[in-house]
Amino acid sequence: MTQAVLDSGVMTLDDLLERPEGERLMSCIQCGICAATCPYGDVMEHTPRTLIAKLRAGLLDEVLTGDDLLNCVTCYACWAKCPRGIALTDVLLPLVKEQVLLNLPEVPAELQAAFEATLRYGNPMGESPRKRAAWVEEAGVEVPLMKDVGRPVDVLWIVECYASYYPRGRENAVATARLLDALGVDFAILGPEERCLGECVRLAGETGLFDTMREQNMATFDKYEFGKVITSDPHAFDAMAHLYPAAGFRTPVEHVTPFISRHIEDLLPRLTRELNATITYHDTCVLGRRGGLFDEPRSILTALPGVELVEMTHNGVNTICCGGGGGGMWLDAFYKARGHDRLSDRRVEEAAATGADILAVSCPFEVPRFEDSVKVLGYDDRIEVRDITELVARAME
Amino acid sequence: MPGNIWVVAEHWQGSPTDAAFEALALGRELADGLGVALEAVVLGSDTGGLAAALGAADRIVAVDHPALSDPIGDVAARTIAALAAERRPEVVLVPITNLGWDLIGLLPARIGCPMVNFVQDASVVDGRIEAASLVYGGKMSTRVAVPAGPAVLAVLPGTRPAEAGRITGPPPVDRVAMDVDPGLIEFCGYREPEAGDVDITRQDVLVAIGRGIGGQGNVELAEELAELLGGAVCGSRPVIDQGWLPMSRQVGKSGHQVKPKLYLALGVSGAPEHVEGMRDAELIIAVNSDPDAPIFRVAHYGVGADLLDVVPELIDRLEAAGKR
Amino acid sequence: MKILVLLKMVPDVVEELEVAPDGRALDTEFLRLIVNERDDHALEQALLLREDAGGEVVVAGLDAPEVDDVLFSALAKGADRAIKLTGFPEGSGAPAVAGMVAGTLPSIDGLLPVDLILTGCQALDDLDGMIGPLLAAALDLPYLGLVAAATVEDGGMLVSKEYSGGVLGDFRVELPAVLGIQAAAKPPRYVPIAKVRQAMSTGTIEGVAASPAGPAPSIEVIEMTKPESAGHAEMITGSPSEAAARIAAVLTDRGLL
Repeated sequence: MTQAVLDSGVMTLDDLLERPEGERLMSCIQCGICAATCPYGDVMEHTPRTLIAKLRAGLLDEVLTGDDLLNCVTCYACWAKCPRGIALTDVLLPLVKEQVLLNLPEVPAELQAAFEATLRYGNPMGESPRKRAAWVEEAGVEVPLMKDVGRPVDVLWIVECYASYYPRGRENAVATARLLDALGVDFAILGPEERCLGECVRLAGETGLFDTMREQNMATFDKYEFGKVITSDPHAFDAMAHLYPAAGFRTPVEHVTPFISRHIEDLLPRLTRELNATITYHDTCVLGRRGGLFDEPRSILTALPGVELVEMTHNGVNTICCGGGGGGMWLDAFYKARGHDRLSDRRVEEAAATGADILAVSCPFEVPRFEDSVKVLGYDDRIEVRDITELVARAME
Repeated sequence: MPGNIWVVAEHWQGSPTDAAFEALALGRELADGLGVALEAVVLGSDTGGLAAALGAADRIVAVDHPALSDPIGDVAARTIAALAAERRPEVVLVPITNLGWDLIGLLPARIGCPMVNFVQDASVVDGRIEAASLVYGGKMSTRVAVPAGPAVLAVLPGTRPAEAGRITGPPPVDRVAMDVDPGLIEFCGYREPEAGDVDITRQDVLVAIGRGIGGQGNVELAEELAELLGGAVCGSRPVIDQGWLPMSRQVGKSGHQVKPKLYLALGVSGAPEHVEGMRDAELIIAVNSDPDAPIFRVAHYGVGADLLDVVPELIDRLEAAGKR
Repeated sequence: MKILVLLKMVPDVVEELEVAPDGRALDTEFLRLIVNERDDHALEQALLLREDAGGEVVVAGLDAPEVDDVLFSALAKGADRAIKLTGFPEGSGAPAVAGMVAGTLPSIDGLLPVDLILTGCQALDDLDGMIGPLLAAALDLPYLGLVAAATVEDGGMLVSKEYSGGVLGDFRVELPAVLGIQAAAKPPRYVPIAKVRQAMSTGTIEGVAASPAGPAPSIEVIEMTKPESAGHAEMITGSPSEAAARIAAVLTDRGLL
């Protein structure tokens, strides 16, 4: 449904109610499940339910001139739970958040820095674009750059920002490179030509910045030939699957986790090292709740030798957001100043309650967020946070 | 024959500053290298008491005038320019401090001469002065041929030890009587910053604590050190989350971005979120019991030891050096 | 009150800087420029002053790659007029640039008189001088740098500068004047890209060729080198007491004690 929506032209809050997806908003029965399922529903003045009520009553301006919507981490919980099938996170929330950002008198400093760095350097950390492929030196296997390959490749691997630059993210990139190499995949990366795909800045309300990033990335994609795209970042996957097609992107795209899951049989002979670990898996909002990929990560983990898989209370579609989506990655100080819990703390407490040794994830945002919470909550002597690719690579040694 | 070497001997609360002594030490070397005199230029309204401390200079050129009692660079620049027009010094060394900042910018314009900024070192090579400067935020070093005089050299702190320029005098004083135009800027006075928490983004020295500090009880130790160094205490996120320091003291991605002259990281592991906020500090010294802690990848100096062992020693040493 | 903000582009040190083959300047091949951080604060301070006192903010940028983006962004933030000063000879030093700017301002339609000229109090490429004070001297206007607070009062400005230990010095300056801004009262604001794009489609940048000026003082760089960067701390070994001694020595060397 998203596809059709986004291909049908630029939609604004003003004409929303005249469109099919606006009509669907009219069908809201104000049951409040969205507010109840929202991880910050207890602290938000304007929950999704009230957003719809105010939109219908013509009172939305109250929402658009405040900063309350910065509390929305676009976790897709309201989207998944609405009994009327109103796709809040696809339609209403981005439109509202865009207006909120345009009206915001002061953008929180951390978010502002992330926006500015994304525009200038193509990554929110403000790292040098030329160093985007610096991690390749640690890979131990060949990781070709598209610009050097000079021929079509089967797979273009979009590494994305956190896996490219963030020190622990780079372990994810290295592990993925080793798995692709072990599978004999014909792949290449864009390296310094790759820029942030922009999903998070869009869901933080910076639509103009997203448009800019998409234009730049589309121009780069157009230079090369590749059969499909895989990416390490669920947010990049989300962008390419749902938002880039509107700009003409037609290549199939898959996240690394389902890709590995489809090829796990081929890897089995090499997965010889016992991990001897109890692992609990955190379903990411975008891959799990939004993308419906619940079984694939678990099938990988159970294929690893010496692994016992245990589940947290909230799993599958009921997963608890790490708090990093929709700009939340750069709003920690904003939330803390308002006395909100860190969502990653809630999640890590649940993981600790399972008694698991390893909290497995499949999104590069989750590693820094959960590692931070593990440290702050004092679990660092008993819980390790690992991306699934890192665990597969570990079992391969 | 080259002109003399001038050092603008800035003073604060009745004494020349350390930066003035450092510049005098450098000026002494240049004067000796060229075989010319070193002259300390002193401006104020009552500079008589300063001469005794300025023994490093061969002569003092003093201008006393009510209009020079206040730290107005505009007036100082016009005064020194008038002197320079008459006496043709080879170079004028001005210490880079907040006190001398406006003078540095204005003096070359008022004299109509070139200047070299960010001077880290200077020496006489084949009868000419060469300056070494740090540019682009310290990312590049340059060697610059200083043109024949006059020229202004803005000297970074720490080029020479202040002690090397702190020689008791008094040298002969040349008191210059001249008209000084008070200009269009009026000094209204100094004031202590308003009470409230320290703004860590404006501190030259920060003592940062991480989880390695162990507990709130040890925060005092960091505070004592910060006080000796004339700075403030800040922290990484776990320290703030534990409530050991207020949120206004947090450095990093979700806290403040800081660029102090000294960042002393105690028990800070160096998580990327933290490093993002402090990697541009001019000098980073880290103490951490884990010799593989990532903080050592951004620090300039590292000590792989428990901060609780090192910091008390450092405090003793600073106290012994008369910092209190 | 009419405020002119002068902006210049400086090397972005997020990118690794390299030395040109002649060994005396930056290699421009990989060089990327960014607006001088303090100039951005000067713009913010100008916008804040206009919010308080009304008037007009004109930004003038020295021609350089990507300066158009900076000027459009200034328009999107609310600047009333954007000017790009062009035609500075390659390798012009700060005194030459300031001289040309001073000579050009009177020829710009409807620009002078201005009450205030704001610029950053420093830039990381200020090797041979600082634009603000050079310009002030050339225009024979009073100058205050390192400005951390500025408010309008009775036809003048009240300005605060910071001294060591956080002590503030307060000054009053008659207008017109040039101020070198250290920090605006608030961090430079964010302007959403949609607004910048709008400024690009509806706003204009006026190009003005800078008038030639007489000879200006200059310096000769003999050599430019990259300081060795270890990529890792120099580890201090020995007992805690020895380590403390070494730290104290380093602090002394750097003039920090």
